[in-house]
Amino acid sequence: MSSKALKVLLPALTGALLLALWYAAHFFLISEERRFLLPPPGAVWHAFIKDAPLLLHAAWNTAQGALLGFGLAVVISFGFALLLSLSPLVRVSLYPFLTAVQLTPLPILAPICVIWVGAGLASVAVLTFAIAFFPLVVNTTQGLISVDRNLLELFQLYRASRWQQLFLLRVPAALPYFFTGLRIAATLAPIGAVVADMNAGSSAGDGGGLGFQAVIYSSQLKIPALFATAALTCLLGFIFNAAILTLAWLALHHWHDSYERTDH
Amino acid sequence: MPASPYIEFRDVTKRFGDGPLVLDRVSFSAAPGEFITLIGPSGCGKSTLLRLLAGLSPVTSGTIAAGGRDPAAVATDLAFVFQEPTLLPWLSVAHNIEVPLQLRGVDAATRAASRQRVLELVRLQEKAGAFPRQLSGGQKMRVSIARALALAPRMMLLDEPFGALDEMTREHLNEELLAIHAQQQWTAFFVTHSVAEAVFLSNRIFILAANPGRIHAEVTVPLPGPRTADTRLARDYHELVAHVSRLLRSVDPEAA
Repeated sequence: MSSKALKVLLPALTGALLLALWYAAHFFLISEERRFLLPPPGAVWHAFIKDAPLLLHAAWNTAQGALLGFGLAVVISFGFALLLSLSPLVRVSLYPFLTAVQLTPLPILAPICVIWVGAGLASVAVLTFAIAFFPLVVNTTQGLISVDRNLLELFQLYRASRWQQLFLLRVPAALPYFFTGLRIAATLAPIGAVVADMNAGSSAGDGGGLGFQAVIYSSQLKIPALFATAALTCLLGFIFNAAILTLAWLALHHWHDSYERTDH
Repeated sequence: MPASPYIEFRDVTKRFGDGPLVLDRVSFSAAPGEFITLIGPSGCGKSTLLRLLAGLSPVTSGTIAAGGRDPAAVATDLAFVFQEPTLLPWLSVAHNIEVPLQLRGVDAATRAASRQRVLELVRLQEKAGAFPRQLSGGQKMRVSIARALALAPRMMLLDEPFGALDEMTREHLNEELLAIHAQQQWTAFFVTHSVAEAVFLSNRIFILAANPGRIHAEVTVPLPGPRTADTRLARDYHELVAHVSRLLRSVDPEAA
């Protein structure tokens, strides 16, 4: 069997096995009166179908918040990384404060954010930005300052200007680091958007995102719908990651060893 | 000493910070088109000497004159080939070769013409679209040399460029380099640890001693040109290799 076929078949078989285990756990491991805690996959699917318009709309809202926050993080982190790459003194001055933002839990930042910008998409985007910014800025900065010394000397020898050195050497050399940061941030962004939405989402007008929907389902003890919400959140994360991986592959596969093969 | 020197070192001393002397009162001159090889034990200042010539590092005392001018002013005359191929991995062979020209603001048409010319010289036309990771070690070094040649330099500084290559590839590239030098007649300063390579390539060999770095001996290589694979079979060649080896052993007992 070809390796391509195996790459499809093996995850499919694993998924089927997990579904079977899930059913088995529901019917054979849990007492009848507690089975509601682990609804079977079929019940989750029914809950999704029943609330599909609501859940898909919530997923779209979350995706918008995640995309907006993630996009802002990419643009601003790049500018910030350029600034940090200028000198070790700038890095020493700013890193502790960047770390402080990253170390502050999102549920604590959320109420502050809601007070500042109001509940809804803006808050979700700001909080997603807060969680995605750090890995992006740290990785990109590292890339910008880790250029091969010989290449720097080559540019110095041929009297490259500061801008030439930045855009013809440092920025391309930093791309693998940037994409590593992007992959981490792409994993964090949907999670951040959902957590932010739980705390700062709003039913006003647009109905809130998946996090907000999860809070509502939780209060109503709609466990199959909660599972459906979790599955949709997972799917959103997969789409985000797949998009970034594709982008990274397109940018790097022709020259960087880590992207040589397509089985990343 | 050549009558009309292109490069002239006068009592050049180099010390990094408060460290020990790396080069101590080094003086020599080189005529246009000469091929000079620097050989000596590790730490004798061979690479430092090239870096001073390239203007990558200032001298501590003494002067370097290049064609009657300060080396900083002749930056456009020189090209450097590093120990590693030092190619930009995200650029194709063709674009790598164009980088120095691009940095100097040369227009695209002229860059393309130069690139074509040097790719033919190093016989890599068919690899123009390849990326460095798709090349062998020898091919990468040929691209590195092509990149240096694209500048049409008057002086080439080569810092042990073939050190990491296998013997066959190294000998082959030695012959190619000499053939290109015969055509273009740039002044070459070549650093190596290989006595055979030094004898094969050079008009003159400087044997450097360490602690502090200084020129211990100078050997003129009168082998006739064009030098080919057959040159390595000649008796004169082997006698010179033995002579340089003896001189090298006198400054570096660990040398072969």
